[in-house]
Amino acid sequence: MPTALKHFADTYLMWNEGYLIWISDALIVLTVIGIVGALTYLKKWRWLWDNWLTTVDHKKIGIMYLIAALLMFFRGGVDALLLRTQLAQPGEHFLDAEHYDQIFTTHGTIMILFMAMPFLFALFNIVVPLQIGARDVAFPYLNAISFWLFFFGAMLFNLSFVFGGSPDAGWTSYPPLTELGFDPGPGENYYLLGVQISGIGSIATGINFIATILKMRAPGMKLMRMPLFTWSTLGSCLIIIFAFPALSVSLALLMLDRVVGTHFFTMMHGGNPMMFINLFWVWGHPEVYIVVLPAFGVYSEVVATFTRKRIFGYSSMVASLMLITVISYFVWAHHFFTMGAGADVNTFFAVASMAVGIPTGVKVFNWLFTMFRGRIRVTLPMLWTLGFIPNFAIGGATGVMLAAAPGDYQYHNSYFLIAHFHQMLIGGVVNGMLAGMYYWWPKMFGFRLNERLGKWAFWIFNIGFYICFLPQYALGFEGMQRRMYTYPTDMGWGSLNFVSTIGAYLMGVGFLFIVWQVLYSLFHMERDTTGDPWDARTLEWSLPSPVPHYNFAVIPTITERDVWWAAKQRGTTDLLTPSAEDIQAIHMPKNSGRPFLMGFAFFVAGFGFVFNWYILAVIGLAGVALCMILRALEDQDEYVIPVEEVRETESALGRL
Amino acid sequence: MSTVQTGGTHKSHSPKIYILGYLLSLVLTAISFVLALTHSMHVGPLIVLLTILGALQIFVQLFFFMHITEGDGPPFHSVLLLLGLIFTFAVALMSVWIMAFGTNVSY
Repeated sequence: MPTALKHFADTYLMWNEGYLIWISDALIVLTVIGIVGALTYLKKWRWLWDNWLTTVDHKKIGIMYLIAALLMFFRGGVDALLLRTQLAQPGEHFLDAEHYDQIFTTHGTIMILFMAMPFLFALFNIVVPLQIGARDVAFPYLNAISFWLFFFGAMLFNLSFVFGGSPDAGWTSYPPLTELGFDPGPGENYYLLGVQISGIGSIATGINFIATILKMRAPGMKLMRMPLFTWSTLGSCLIIIFAFPALSVSLALLMLDRVVGTHFFTMMHGGNPMMFINLFWVWGHPEVYIVVLPAFGVYSEVVATFTRKRIFGYSSMVASLMLITVISYFVWAHHFFTMGAGADVNTFFAVASMAVGIPTGVKVFNWLFTMFRGRIRVTLPMLWTLGFIPNFAIGGATGVMLAAAPGDYQYHNSYFLIAHFHQMLIGGVVNGMLAGMYYWWPKMFGFRLNERLGKWAFWIFNIGFYICFLPQYALGFEGMQRRMYTYPTDMGWGSLNFVSTIGAYLMGVGFLFIVWQVLYSLFHMERDTTGDPWDARTLEWSLPSPVPHYNFAVIPTITERDVWWAAKQRGTTDLLTPSAEDIQAIHMPKNSGRPFLMGFAFFVAGFGFVFNWYILAVIGLAGVALCMILRALEDQDEYVIPVEEVRETESALGRL
Repeated sequence: MSTVQTGGTHKSHSPKIYILGYLLSLVLTAISFVLALTHSMHVGPLIVLLTILGALQIFVQLFFFMHITEGDGPPFHSVLLLLGLIFTFAVALMSVWIMAFGTNVSY
């Protein structure tokens, strides 16, 4: 028996692999005990189930996305620090090659799919229905399913670290390395299934928000009156529904190769591993625009609000958003110029890649012209927006260098590339998401975050960012390749790598300041009683903070762009607040536990497939089918909030 | 719009149209599968034929399951469909172009 136990501990729990695993195990056990203990002690289980796990309210789902994104930011960030610690000096032995591979794989996957994606879904969910004057998204139940699929997909992926082993073939997961013959462990299966499950949720979110934006707008909210964040959401969701199927297909085919023994991407029997690379980037490049467009939307809102001017060139902003949406589809081969597809292919994709720079440049100049002669208030959202512009300029310039196909043969897969895409994804996306979080935080929770700690966080994170990534451009020119776990002393890369590691730790400290800021603000709340703490422009600021769960007691009629600002200028804000006689009974969707259970069933099925335990997989899939059948048989999924209750809520908020 | 939208005026369909659509899509899939499996044609014409079969498959989905000819309100879906078709064919045909590795051009 003890040998069987030892076998289990070594194979599945990997206790023979050293202290990183033991520390993670201990932390996970302590966290679980802490959460379960706290919920039991405070008798909050019922509250958790009724208010959060079963909710279909877009605002609560958004908050859950936000929490998940911040937790994943922490996990991905710790991965990054482990990588940088290993690279700080030449010939280091902090991690061995295999662990290094696993950690850069989980870092990449988590940051893009389980941090950036939920972060922007958080903002979509919280902001879009409020900006267009809707009571919820078009399909609230589907929205809950999307969240739980993301959540359980992310859990499945994270579980790999302590049960069975992490994936180790990079976040791009190229075959033939990822074929069964070269990578037999469960790690790669974890990657394929975790990403696949959360990908289904992402497609559903894309459909949901396109339907919401096109069909659920308040009367008078014409397309060209929509706030730019809503426009950017539309662009992002269009890319999601057209790009994510490519990811699903490529992951599914690779899964078939690994589980069933097909030969889509093998080296033999007519398979072609390059086809996976092609399909992966058919999704992979548009994905970059999926995450960056909402950030552009946030910047547009923030710049207009904090310069107290309407956005410069609204129509050109909309046009460039839509142009980026379309062009982003025709650039994917620039990720594999060196594959050798030929000069004509490379020329086409190089030119298309550079063409994306044009609408993006239009947007940057529009933000600058909006700020020009405006009275800029340097609040936290504005600070992150201002920090984004130089970042994006450098990242854009290096991007054009990489887009030049002959030049790319030199930079390909070097640290120059690493520095470039981190500059875009941190300087562009993370700055945008954090600006959005600070901007809409009072709307979500009804209090503002401490400004002073936030400024510390901003400066430390941003200075750390430049210290971390600017040396990496130089390292790339000096020949350092990505994904190498160590390097000899005589390459001369030691000092630049050491500087870069210092920068990474500074960014970590910056993140800790954000955590401190949130905790501090929880205990020293600056409550927002006005609902409009920033003196902002768009419809969501006409509502109280936090917003009542039906959003609008009476759906307002929209007469122009920036409707709340215009109403404040004219002193007609009462037209946008409800009057007692207009209030009618409101239909709202009922809560349901099924999305949560369905996500869990997907998790069980995925777990079964990871280890080829097919009985478990079948049980999980049966659970999924059962949830779908029960939903199809359901006919009462709405309830009515009576007029009196709406009136009471509104007058308690002082709006009647 | 005082309520959360959960539907509209649905015309009810007899199941016949769905069964027919399902059978059609199965038949189209089977034809493509057999063609690809048996290597009974040259690659060039085969790709053309598969593309046509794929296009037919799209039309089966759109007309038998997604009812694109019905519905009221502004025809947003026609713009989206056009965009979707452009993307679909761009991805499929450009993938063929990329994966030919320059065998289709002479230098």
